Amino acid sequence: MNVLATLGKYSLATLREIGSVSIFAIRGLISCFTPPFYFKEIWRNIVVVGFYSLPIVALTAMFAGMIIALQCYVGFTRFNAEGAIATVVLICITRELAPVFAGLMVTGRVGSSIAAEIGSMRVSDQIDALTTLGVDPMKFLVAPRIIASVLMMPFLVFIADIIGVMGGFLISTTVLEFSVGSYLAQTVQNLEMIDVISGLVKAAFFGFCMACFGCYHGFYSDLGAKGVGNATTSAVVASCIGVLALDYLLTAVFFGK
Amino acid sequence: MSKIVFNDVYKTFEGGLNVLNGVNLRIEDGESHIILGQSGCGKSVLIKCLLGIFEITSGDIIVDGLSVKNEDKRKEYVKKFSILFQGNALFDSMTILENVEFGAMQVNKDKTACRKIARQKLSAVGLAERVFNLYPAEISGGMQKRAALARAISLEPEVLLFDEPTSGLDPLTGGVICNLLRDTVRSMNITAITITHDLKVAEFLADRVSVLNKGLLAWTGHAVDMKDCGNEFVEHFYEASNIIMRK
Repeated sequence: MNVLATLGKYSLATLREIGSVSIFAIRGLISCFTPPFYFKEIWRNIVVVGFYSLPIVALTAMFAGMIIALQCYVGFTRFNAEGAIATVVLICITRELAPVFAGLMVTGRVGSSIAAEIGSMRVSDQIDALTTLGVDPMKFLVAPRIIASVLMMPFLVFIADIIGVMGGFLISTTVLEFSVGSYLAQTVQNLEMIDVISGLVKAAFFGFCMACFGCYHGFYSDLGAKGVGNATTSAVVASCIGVLALDYLLTAVFFGK
Repeated sequence: MSKIVFNDVYKTFEGGLNVLNGVNLRIEDGESHIILGQSGCGKSVLIKCLLGIFEITSGDIIVDGLSVKNEDKRKEYVKKFSILFQGNALFDSMTILENVEFGAMQVNKDKTACRKIARQKLSAVGLAERVFNLYPAEISGGMQKRAALARAISLEPEVLLFDEPTSGLDPLTGGVICNLLRDTVRSMNITAITITHDLKVAEFLADRVSVLNKGLLAWTGHAVDMKDCGNEFVEHFYEASNIIMRK
C-alpha cells in the first residue's frame, strides 16, 4: 500500500511539474509576440546563444563528421559499400547529428547559464525589482531568451551541417584516400533539401525547449546557492531529455511511415 | 483618509505556513512609518503583499482607494510604489547609470530625458560620475545602496519602501544612508515605509512605529512611547535592542 501511495505521490508531482512547465512555456511564447519588445536584451541573448556557442558547436560537428566517416568506412568495407560513405555522412550530419549535438552542447553551455542567471536574479530579488518597476519578467527575461534561442539554433545547426560534412570530407580524402572530386560530387548529388530543413526545424524546437526549461527552473529556483545549483542541474537534465524526446517526435513527423 | 490601509490581512504559504495572521494597519499620507520586528516575523512578507508580489490569502490592502486585488488596475496600483530592496536588487547586466535609466524609462519614454534624470538622481544620492559606467559588482555595498535609492526615486513614486536599509553596512555607512533616506523622504514629501529590526534606524526615521510579532501587529505608536507602551513583547524588544546598543 505504501509503495502505491509513494508511486501515486511521485506521479502526481511529475504531472504537476509537466503542467507547470507547459503553462510557463505557453506564457513565454505569448510574451514573444506581445509588446513591449526589449530589443537590447534580445540582441544580448542572440550574441550569447549564437556567437559564443559557435566554436563548441563547430568543434562537435567537425568531430562528429570525422567519426562517422571512419565508422562507416570500417562497417561498409564488409559489404563493399564504401562508395556510400559521402551520402551517409551527409544524411547523418544534416538530419540527426548536427541538430542533436548542437542541441545538447548549447543546452550544456547556454541552458545552464540561463537557469543560473535567472536563479541568481530570483535569489537577489532582481525579479521582484522588475515587477515593482512595472516590467513583466516574462517579457524582459523569458521572451528575449526564447526568441534568441529559436532564431540562433537553426543558424548554429546550419554552420554545424557545413562543418560536419567538411569533417567527413577531410577524413575521407586524407586518411581513407577517397578522390576529392568524386566525394564532393556524391555529396552534392545526394543533397536533399528535406534533410537540411528537417534539421533546422528540429534545431528551432530544441532552442525553444532549452530556453523554456532554463528560464522555468531559474524562475522557480529555491533560495540560496544550493537552490540555484539545483535549478541549473534540473534545467540541463530536463532540457537534454526534452531535446531527445523532441528529436524522436520530429523524426517521426518528417520521416515516419 | 489614510494613504494605505491593511484590512485583516492573512497570508498562508503552500504547505500551510501562516506568516500573516490578520494584520490591521493604517498609514497616513506623508508619514514615515517603520515596521519593526524580529527576523522571520513577517515584515518582508507584509511588504511583498503590499506590492502585490505575494497574493494575500484573505483580507485586503487599499492604497488611495485602489485594492491590491484589483487586477484591472494593477499597473496603476504598482506605479504608486518604489522599493529599496535589502540586497539592493540592482541588475547585474546593466551599469549603474543603465540601472537608474531603466527605472526612469518606466515613467518616461524619452531616452535622452531618462538619461538626464538618471544622472541627476545619481548625483542627488551622492554618487560620483566615475562610478556611473561601472557594474554593480564593481562598487561597494554603500555605493550600491545609493544607486538602488537613485533607481527607486527615479520612478517618482507616491510611496517609498525601504527593506532593511542598513543591513550589511558598517555603522558609518549605515548612518550616512539613514541620513540620505531621511533627507530624500523629506525633500520628496512622500509616504515612506521602512522595514527594520534596528531600533536606532527606527528612532531616527520614524514618525510612527508598528511592531510585528508572529504575523500580528503587536503595537503601533510613536517611537518615543515604545519603552512604556504596556505591551510586554514591545517593551521586551525595546529593552533587548538597548542592551545590545549599550554593549
